[in-house]
Amino acid sequence: MGRMRLEKTTAARRPVDPSSTSHGLWCRLEIPSDPKRVEEVEETILSQCQRYSFTDRDLFALKLAIDEAFANAVKHGNRCDCDKHVRIKYRVTPRRADVVVEDDGPGFNPASLPDPTSDQHIECTHGRGILLMRAFMNNVVFSPSGNSVTLTKFNDSIRNKTEHSIAFG
Amino acid sequence: MLQDAARLKITRDGEIVLVEFTHRKILDEANIAEIGDQLVALVENEHRPKVIISFAGVDHLSSAALGTLITVNNKVRNHDGQLRLCNIHPQIFEVFVITKLNKLFRIYPTIKEAKESFEPQSKQSAV
Repeated sequence: MGRMRLEKTTAARRPVDPSSTSHGLWCRLEIPSDPKRVEEVEETILSQCQRYSFTDRDLFALKLAIDEAFANAVKHGNRCDCDKHVRIKYRVTPRRADVVVEDDGPGFNPASLPDPTSDQHIECTHGRGILLMRAFMNNVVFSPSGNSVTLTKFNDSIRNKTEHSIAFG
Repeated sequence: MLQDAARLKITRDGEIVLVEFTHRKILDEANIAEIGDQLVALVENEHRPKVIISFAGVDHLSSAALGTLITVNNKVRNHDGQLRLCNIHPQIFEVFVITKLNKLFRIYPTIKEAKESFEPQSKQSAV
């Protein structure tokens, strides 16, 4: 089993500043195309989100979306070929988490997928992953070729605080 | 107790079979396939099965698990049985609502309410 490689794109480490919005470092992981390896990816990313007090719902949403994106990358992108890899790039700041999941496959057109909530497809046993990613993330963007997806989740604890400040001063 | 497999706890109360999960996460495809195989085998051994799946303690669920539930629901229907889901954590219930599967499955807050919802065999239609 291959080891997970972790690289930080910026060498300098800076102290955590909760008021900052843009100092997060992009980190990269490259892991073998094995669905069981998703847990270590989630743990790595979610532990950083916990540092910034992302809400429980944010963590649930991120875990779900990363799981679906990774499963799609392994199953549909890399067609369960263990010699292929899934590349993860992520950045966590006090305000948001961005996660890019890229596979070695030829990509696809997300617009071509049927609506899994339609009467015609409601009993299909697959095809709900992208729907869930879009429902639980603030933003989901596929690359033009479709072999890479960027997931973005804002930290609701910061948003809640801001809304509270606006409402109560 | 009929069976105490690694990922499922299966108990019988009269004609009702209660299935509970022993793990908090139902995510990994290999685990989901194993759970699906056990549930399908369970239904195939029953005549007009009345099955309750309790999600008490489950805090994560993937779309692959939803697919397995649909397969189990179809099996139950093919055997003129009834399937009920219960004890679903609010965050997971949201997954059912987003996918509109809350309209496909019959979902109840508690095991008690799920048990009370079963229709008598004579009136029973495929559900």
